Amino acid sequence: MSEASPAKAYGLHLGVIALLFVLSFLLPEYYHGLLARIMVLAVFAMGYNMLFGYVGLLSLGHAMFFGAGLYGAGLAIIQLGWSVPAAFAAGLCCGAVLSLVIGLLALRTTGVAFMIVTMMFAQVFYLAILYFAAWTGGDQGMVVPQPARVLAFGATSLDLTDPTVRYMAALGLFSLVLLMTLAIVRSRYGRVLVAVRENEERTKMLGYDTFSNKLAAVVVSGTICAASGAAYALLFGYVGSSFASVQYSILPLLWVLLGGAATTLGPLIGTLFMYYVIDVTSGYTSAYLLIVGIALILLVLFFPKGILGTIRQRWLGWLP
Amino acid sequence: MMPLLTTKGLSRSFGGLRAVDNVDFALMRGEIRAVIGPNGAGKTTFVSLISGRIQPTSGAIVFDGADITGLPTYARVRLGIAYTFQITSVFANLSAYDNVALPVQLTLSDRRSKGALRAGVMSALERTGLADRAHIPAGQLSYGHQRLLEVAMGLALEPRLLILDEPTQGLADSEIDNFVELVRDIARNATVLLIEHNMPVVMQLADRITVFNAGRILAEGTPEAIRDNAAVQDAYLGTAP
Repeated sequence: MSEASPAKAYGLHLGVIALLFVLSFLLPEYYHGLLARIMVLAVFAMGYNMLFGYVGLLSLGHAMFFGAGLYGAGLAIIQLGWSVPAAFAAGLCCGAVLSLVIGLLALRTTGVAFMIVTMMFAQVFYLAILYFAAWTGGDQGMVVPQPARVLAFGATSLDLTDPTVRYMAALGLFSLVLLMTLAIVRSRYGRVLVAVRENEERTKMLGYDTFSNKLAAVVVSGTICAASGAAYALLFGYVGSSFASVQYSILPLLWVLLGGAATTLGPLIGTLFMYYVIDVTSGYTSAYLLIVGIALILLVLFFPKGILGTIRQRWLGWLP
Repeated sequence: MMPLLTTKGLSRSFGGLRAVDNVDFALMRGEIRAVIGPNGAGKTTFVSLISGRIQPTSGAIVFDGADITGLPTYARVRLGIAYTFQITSVFANLSAYDNVALPVQLTLSDRRSKGALRAGVMSALERTGLADRAHIPAGQLSYGHQRLLEVAMGLALEPRLLILDEPTQGLADSEIDNFVELVRDIARNATVLLIEHNMPVVMQLADRITVFNAGRILAEGTPEAIRDNAAVQDAYLGTAP
């Protein structure tokens, strides 16, 4: 925790960011686009990890926070004609408000009940998108037109549909959220979150209002996921209801478990790994999901703490 | 002098069992009070009511002149009531340092200073003799050291009232001697409420003793008076053969 050498931890994270930056100039076109997408989704996974990894709250409804960002930004730009930064801010606000409300209600439960309550709220959110098809496009979704995805600064402008601009925007968001989670995890607040995960009753007996701390964690987690959703809408131009479906509540859980829960870099590694396995196997067989499933089972059997979690346990105890 | 803590008609039932039954209790500032009694007498329930871990069925608790009966646990801790657990419940996966940092960072008025946090943690660890084990995960400490860590966490809260629930249970004799010294040291700045089965420890430490039996206070007085009390001998200490 905060006693471990800060230089090492920050050095490693800045190194990862620098590596991703350099990769932008080395990768072939297809992988360049894929990595941009993975970085945006890794932000989603980092938001999920904040709550699941550090506070120990397993939510099965985080698709609604991703969806809140996605639709918050998408509707603002398509239906209201807002600019890119305003639409992004709208996505963030939707995520923050939704997570505050859901947190106030769902945190009255714990364990299995918390999983079910969050899943039900996410279903309500999903069905609401389908119900209000006149605005949301229902199950068809909406495409954000190219002219709307241009960031204008006076005379100069940045076209978010340009691959390099898109990659750098994704990297910027990813880096910001990565360093932010690292700072939170190493802070005193991070120590309290881990204490809640380890033993909530004991944490109360040390004078902490655990409900408020958990609520703050839900809002931080939900807002990060909404940032990912909003960025997805603006960078990839598609706002679809499948992103709010239950599948997208399970995926961040899998990414985090794969990479290593309660590790700052685990979400990136898990997301990257899953996409890579799908990419490789789908080249050989149409039954690639079967192979992905087997890979997941093997990982859980032999690396129950995920890739980075196992590395931390066996070799690098200082990893944050 | 106004007592630090009083309870009025404090009761708690579990189903048909009155675990704590209409208890009127007063604790003076600066004293070391021992609470003794046979198993199931309601001692732990009584201190759990004071710390807020469980809610009373009826009655009131007043701490430092304010009614705290309805306050949640964490708010009572912030007022200065610290409780150390009978069953060791340190955070096993966190280092001893992090275990103590949690209460220290709560009490720091200067919330920014890293140096103050470190100084506070190390001072609590030094007082309990754990300074050289700061970076060992608490779960890997010996049982005796885990008990000491539990006390370190309690005193790191800088409490006005420290409740120790059977702190010497499971400790070796040599560890108990150090423990008695530690409690005396703590009592210089805090009032101590001690639940204890080990009678030599109670006799050495307590200014006054309260004897519980079947959820009620059976007797209260100085160690000498309690030792000579016939009713207490019947209920608890056992009559001499």
